[in-house]
Amino acid sequence: MATVEIRNVRKSYGPVEAIKGIDIAIQDGEFLVLLGPSGCGKSTLLRMVAGLEGITGGEIAIGGRVVNHLDPKDRDIAMVFQNYALYPHMTVFDNMAYGLKIRGIPKAEIRARVDKAAEILELGRFLDRRPSQLSGGQRQRVAMGRAIVREPAAFLFDEPLSNLDAKLRTQMRVEIKRLQDRLGITSLYVTHDQVEAMTLADRILVMNHGVAEQIGTPLEVYQRPASLFVAGFIGSPPMNVLDGRIDDRGEAVLVPGGQRLLLPRPRPTDAGRPVKLGIRPEHMAVAAEGFSIEIELVEALGADTVVYGRLPDGETLLVRMAGIPTVRERDRLTVAPQDGALHLFDAVTGRRME
Amino acid sequence: MQRRVTFDSRLLPYLLLAPQVAVTLVFFIWPAAQAVWQSVHLQDAFGIRSEFVWFENFTYVLSDPNYLDTLQTTVIFSVAVTVLAMGVALLLAVLADSKIKGASAYKTLLIWPYALAPAVAAVLWMFIFNPDIGSFGRALRAMGYDWDYRLNGGQALLMVILAASWKQVSYNFIFFLAGLQAIPRSVMEAASIDGAGPVRRFWTITFPLLSPTTFFLLVVDMVYAFFETFGTIHALTQGGPGKATETLIFRVYQDGVVNNDLGGSSAQSVILMVIVIALTAVQFRFVERKVHYS
Ligand SMILES: Nc1ncnc2c1ncn2[C@@H]1O[C@H](COP(=O)(O)OP(=O)(O)O)[C@@H](O)[C@H]1O
Ligand SMILES: [Mg+2]
Repeated sequence: MATVEIRNVRKSYGPVEAIKGIDIAIQDGEFLVLLGPSGCGKSTLLRMVAGLEGITGGEIAIGGRVVNHLDPKDRDIAMVFQNYALYPHMTVFDNMAYGLKIRGIPKAEIRARVDKAAEILELGRFLDRRPSQLSGGQRQRVAMGRAIVREPAAFLFDEPLSNLDAKLRTQMRVEIKRLQDRLGITSLYVTHDQVEAMTLADRILVMNHGVAEQIGTPLEVYQRPASLFVAGFIGSPPMNVLDGRIDDRGEAVLVPGGQRLLLPRPRPTDAGRPVKLGIRPEHMAVAAEGFSIEIELVEALGADTVVYGRLPDGETLLVRMAGIPTVRERDRLTVAPQDGALHLFDAVTGRRME
Repeated sequence: MQRRVTFDSRLLPYLLLAPQVAVTLVFFIWPAAQAVWQSVHLQDAFGIRSEFVWFENFTYVLSDPNYLDTLQTTVIFSVAVTVLAMGVALLLAVLADSKIKGASAYKTLLIWPYALAPAVAAVLWMFIFNPDIGSFGRALRAMGYDWDYRLNGGQALLMVILAASWKQVSYNFIFFLAGLQAIPRSVMEAASIDGAGPVRRFWTITFPLLSPTTFFLLVVDMVYAFFETFGTIHALTQGGPGKATETLIFRVYQDGVVNNDLGGSSAQSVILMVIVIALTAVQFRFVERKVHYS
């Protein structure tokens, strides 16, 4: 068990900077999720922590010890790979025991640790099998088992559930959460799946193009997205974003089409300023006056319904309603944001305006 | 998705197979059958009459002490060539795999020996090892070492072993490199996180995962050393000095083509065929069990 500190870490591949200075201190026992779209540098950052990639700039410390120049084997971490990376020629038992044997742990203890991990992961029946004789979900468990038996200072996960089907993914997600709660080992978990991030994380680091857009708890990230990027990435369906302008008295936002949305508190200093206005689909409700939309598409998900509407100026507006649909395509509807549901972002930088 | 081709005609598959079957019949089965036939007959000096002699040719060949010497030379030669060609190729492949960026230039360089005709290769080796004109040969003599493979049997054997291995290294290298690149990078990374250093990673992960390739090359290289090194030996030493570099295949040629002993030579070819078939069978039977196919 240990803290993991990442201090102004950078990574360049030739002239390309993949990681542009990331800072975060992960607490002992914390579950940190690195979330971002494909190619934003999540794996690169994780692999630098693991020691599989060199560090171009900055410092990484595990358990208070700077590890920049240590080999992976000396960092006391265990990693779970997307493709599991099991040793195909070894049995499940030997896969889990491999790292322990190398570290010279006595046979009896290896046996005990592997048996315990196999019990937790319900792998007991498969210890003599080869990875090729296991299903995807079982291989995933073996990869987890190989990490657990090591009892490392930190777990690193690189999209461990991406190769599983949807149902298994949900199931394994719950198991990983339970496991981490039980073992309390500091974890870094890379994913591009916001649901995994929201459900697993103590804190989420949202990454984009090699920078940390926001670091916060899942609810902070959802309720107060720090940038347009985060706002669009977290939440499904994504947040509606409209061009707007704060009126001359700083009391309301004007959107094209003549709508005037009152601000929760006046901002006289921002009077006249162009802004981006964000409203989550689930924070829209049918109202007497507001946005008038023509319904283009209705998605009935069962528990709720997503309505794709078109505004008079041609913009799309998503509305999420509870329950089964009460409207049909080509209907007209008037909707308005609920109180306090407005997010304002700088029109140029995309940063949140507090 | 897999697409399955269906034939309307029942005849078509056989027609498509026919050329391959014909080639095999004409160029392999027929001569092999002839060799078997010849091996149990004795021809007169003019090749006019031949007489059925049962296994006389075989007893004659096998009771010749020279033949047993040749057999010993062949075993030394074949084992040495196989071990050397595979060992060097594996080493080079591992080096290339770890620095794969320069590997394509490296691969091209390494494939050259394979593409060279044995006679051309032999000339190259002469330029290196000939005691009078070869660079390395002259250097050895200048240092006071008595190097002359034309007189010293041991040196001659060493040279043909080196030359024959050198020709096979490139072939082995390509297969080893392909085998190495088929091992997922993440598996090696997992092992290094698990605490294995490069040497241990090689012996516990790489080598076992390469075993199908290694096994395949073992069979191919053995057959190569037995059969396909004739050209190299012929061009370099003609089996000499004495009979120091005479292998079984070289002797078949010597007795059959040069000394015109068709019966004895055919008996030798049959023995050689049996040896290679037996070797291959043994390898499949005992070595393959240790091979891991993923
Ligand atoms: N070995 C490499 N050489 C050059 N560029 C790389 C290398 N590895 C990753 N990159 C680049 O760095 C960026 C981040 O990659 P990666 O960390 O794999 O993204 P993610 O895991 O978030 O999908 C990508 O633009 C990728 O092309
Ligand atoms: Mg990745």
